[in-house]
Amino acid sequence: MTQKEKVYLDYAASTPVDPKVVKAMLLYFTEKFGNPSSLHSYAQETKEALEQSREKMANFIGAQPKEIIFTSSATESNNLALKGVAFYHQKKGKHILVSSIEHDCVLNSAEWLKKQGFEIEKIPVDKYGTVNPEAVREMIREDTILVSVMHANNEIGTIEPISKIGKICQEKGVLFHTDSAQTFGKIPVDVRKMNVDLLTASSQKMYGPRGAAFLFIKKGTKIEPLIHGGGHESGIRSSTENVAAIVGFTKATELCLKEMKKESERQAKLRDKIIKEILKIPDTFLNGHPKNRLPNNVHFRFSFVEGEAVVMMLDYHGIAASTASACSSPKLEPSHVLLACGLKTQEAHGSLRISLGRWTSEKDVKYLLKVLPKVIEDLRKISPFKKNVY
Amino acid sequence: MYTKKTLQHFNNPHNYGKIENPDGVGKVGNIVCGDVMWLYIKVEKNKIKDIKFETFGCVAALSTSSVITDLAKGKTLEEALKISKDEVINSLGGLPPVKIHCSVLAVDALTEAIYNYFSKNSKTIPESLEKQHRQLQKEEAMTKEKYKDWVETEEEIHKHGHTHEEEKEEI
Repeated sequence: MTQKEKVYLDYAASTPVDPKVVKAMLLYFTEKFGNPSSLHSYAQETKEALEQSREKMANFIGAQPKEIIFTSSATESNNLALKGVAFYHQKKGKHILVSSIEHDCVLNSAEWLKKQGFEIEKIPVDKYGTVNPEAVREMIREDTILVSVMHANNEIGTIEPISKIGKICQEKGVLFHTDSAQTFGKIPVDVRKMNVDLLTASSQKMYGPRGAAFLFIKKGTKIEPLIHGGGHESGIRSSTENVAAIVGFTKATELCLKEMKKESERQAKLRDKIIKEILKIPDTFLNGHPKNRLPNNVHFRFSFVEGEAVVMMLDYHGIAASTASACSSPKLEPSHVLLACGLKTQEAHGSLRISLGRWTSEKDVKYLLKVLPKVIEDLRKISPFKKNVY
Repeated sequence: MYTKKTLQHFNNPHNYGKIENPDGVGKVGNIVCGDVMWLYIKVEKNKIKDIKFETFGCVAALSTSSVITDLAKGKTLEEALKISKDEVINSLGGLPPVKIHCSVLAVDALTEAIYNYFSKNSKTIPESLEKQHRQLQKEEAMTKEKYKDWVETEEEIHKHGHTHEEEKEEI
């Protein structure tokens, strides 16, 4: 069989940079290259671009410009949020709550803090991966200093009740952080409505370049810096600012927000079509919330087959998707997200994530719907486990 | 990443399926770890006349299953028992380090199928084969102990296609 089509359905992993974004960035590599901290006119140009970006980003999320701290990645922002808050507030307490389905960069930051003497507790989720705000209320103690719950899960796409959790944290006087890496630019993000003190957003998941992200830190929220140096970003994140990437990130956000409503409706329609059609395959299950999910996320579990094999066979047919199966992970461990949703290890093997994006067409979806059932059928033919033993 | 040869076996596996009334069956691996290999053999005049596999697993598990059937087919039982994991790996042009255990699984499945043939036909079992078999049984017992909760479900899944606890979510 020859490979005819090439269909990218892994937008949750990374997105291509929009050509309009590339165009906006280019000047800042060559002509407008000055260090924003210098005094001359070269610096003034980049300083202006930087502060304009900060202002725009603040406007987009209902914040003040001073509340935006640019960083290099969502991983860095999440590290800064957790470790920065933990170290500043450790005299008040050492108890931190994180949801059990956070991205590795939150969970591993929390794990590291545990080694430094902090007490980490994981907030459970229901079978759809949703955090119950009341569970958070009950878990908050006198010595709790931070709660971190992601806006939407990167694997199964479930959207969390952030503003309710934030309200509870406000009432209890505990700082609240959310990781918006998967939602920023896709669904509305408003820091006041969401009642958050800290919020992570990233560029590479929304058609911007890698190397740019930010952490929103609400005015008055004290945080210990992790990177010390020349005092950039209000002294919270030293390093000469990556102006080109920040300009690109801002342009990418502008483009996303302009089309957000229309685009999320379009993608949700394609998403629902895939869900409806693929669930017709016997012994197939949807992971994540049936309704409260990202417009671009589809996540299945197929019995009797293994996820890496599914992804690689799709790749053979030109379709790029992803899996969090144990066999595909470097440590051969199943996805902590699926286990937290109550799946057994053996049930977590046949998982498949399909994530849509700006350039996903109806034709792409049609091709997927033609190929995927065949792939599952073929792999099940080889598998010793099947419904009808022949 | 996987070699071209590995992907060729994965995309077009040789000798998959089941043999009705096999002379020997080797079942290794477990569903919790994510690799299960069932190998069936037909023996004629002390030679592997036919061989087929059913495997649940990743690219490496499927391609090592496929390649070991190629390596074993037509060989005498003594020759087949000499197939090593390195031979399996080399036939695929290499495997990622984290996937080496899949080649071991393929060799174990063949060993167990041949052991099963010998014991079913009351043949004298070579001492080294007996030793290997006992070692594999020991390992299996250890895994079963480690994953007590699920082991009973494995045969059930094979027969019925699902465990009783599973229920389909409708949206």
